[in-house]
Amino acid sequence: MVRQLGQTTLGIVRDTGDFTLFCGRAFLSLSKTRRLPRRILRAVYEQGAVCLPVIAIVGVFTGLVLGLQGYHVLSRFGSEGLLGTLVSLSLVREMAPVLAALMLVGQAGSAFAAELGIQRNTEQIAALETMGVNSLGYLVAPRLIAALLVFPAQAALFVVLGLWGGSLSGSVLLGVDSGVYWSAVERAVEFRDLRECFLKAASFGLLTTSICAYMGFHADRNTSSAGARAVSASTTRAVVFSSITVLVADYVISSFFI
Amino acid sequence: METTDFALEVEGLEKGFDGNAVLKGVDIRVPRGSIFTVLGPSGTGKSVLLKCIGNILAPDSGRIVFEGRPLRDPVAREDFRKRCSFLFQGNALFDSLTALENVALPLEQTTSLDKLEIFKRSLKALHQLEMKDFADRYPGRLSGGMQKRLALARAIVTQPEIVLFDEPTAGLDPLRRNAVFSMIAKYQRRFRFTALVVTHDVPEALAVSDRVALLNQGRIAFEGTPAAFAASNESVVALFRDSVDALRQSLAAIRSEQPATS
Repeated sequence: MVRQLGQTTLGIVRDTGDFTLFCGRAFLSLSKTRRLPRRILRAVYEQGAVCLPVIAIVGVFTGLVLGLQGYHVLSRFGSEGLLGTLVSLSLVREMAPVLAALMLVGQAGSAFAAELGIQRNTEQIAALETMGVNSLGYLVAPRLIAALLVFPAQAALFVVLGLWGGSLSGSVLLGVDSGVYWSAVERAVEFRDLRECFLKAASFGLLTTSICAYMGFHADRNTSSAGARAVSASTTRAVVFSSITVLVADYVISSFFI
Repeated sequence: METTDFALEVEGLEKGFDGNAVLKGVDIRVPRGSIFTVLGPSGTGKSVLLKCIGNILAPDSGRIVFEGRPLRDPVAREDFRKRCSFLFQGNALFDSLTALENVALPLEQTTSLDKLEIFKRSLKALHQLEMKDFADRYPGRLSGGMQKRLALARAIVTQPEIVLFDEPTAGLDPLRRNAVFSMIAKYQRRFRFTALVVTHDVPEALAVSDRVALLNQGRIAFEGTPAAFAASNESVVALFRDSVDALRQSLAAIRSEQPATS
């Protein structure tokens, strides 16, 4: 049992070190990548534009639910006028960066991990290396840069649509004065809240994209399965680890801001 | 032959996986400008040998020498990488890129040529491989033979001096096998590169190669000309060489057997 515990600990340390080196190499490879802006634009499209409808739907409905639940809680204390404050701070500080990141992991992150896994399986990554192309610079680095742009942008969109959803359920459906709602939003949200939102979104983007890239890139390391199963297993691991990382990182970053 | 007549020399190459030795000291010398074929039954480590040479796998021990310089030296390795192309068993084409984009990829990423020059060279490579009309097609919409030609176009676009072919006929029918070996011979003569091929297709390999080697149980059991291979009395060579004929004869015997009458 002691041996097993030791082996597991060593495995975690080794994997963490390997992951850190992987991320470092990916960033260092940026200087060696040719036609980087075109690759980044493509990555922004694949991560951002494709996920827009999902982010929009989840954003609106999160706002609707916050407005609905918030109204019923606040009305017990006769504080319906604070609905804008509740909805806006919940969205900006927590829900927008976290939920947008989880949606992006589910859609773009899983696709990225699977794509890299297939490229590993079909020797496309080996082909890049034999051509003298830095595979991390060509396949991973543009995605990391794109994540730094896309995750905050999607979080911002989530906030806007969520606020609109909150206004829809709070003002239009439940009768809170629209002016009161929006002025509460304006008064509640400070610069530090926006900074927290964007910092979280960018951190989640960097972490989850790195995890998805690492899992997909090393899909062949999974000794318990091979081929399509290895790709499916690495994609599942990528989504699970990324989702857990979002929640853990959210707690850590929040604790610094409060 | 002088050492400088060889494009590539492999000395005592060893490679194993999880304690199982696959290559147990392989020695080959590939003359410059020739087609050198490594033959051997499936699972003897032919692809492993090629991947060690192509720097995809790290050998456990032994030396690989390119133009007199061992590839352990990072400068020599980088030089080898620039002057060598690898043709993978499954072609390893990027399915999200068109045929033209696939061919242009190594030029875009490893040279400082301008866009127009890259376009011209890529189109020329496609034209040389009779693939110009399919420049806008994605690899998934090309036949197996066309994909092979596209992979070769991508391999030659950088004007390599040595091309490594990993089982170029794997999974192809006899007609396509012939076509692929003819293609290798035709373009090797046109572009004058050194071709190192690993395969288990004996008749086709003997027809186009300048020299052949037989890899058996992790070691080179024979190296020489195709004529010497065909005439060799060594038991390992004879066993492998005649295995195709033996298979044909046994199949013919099965077919000629009369059905049992009740």
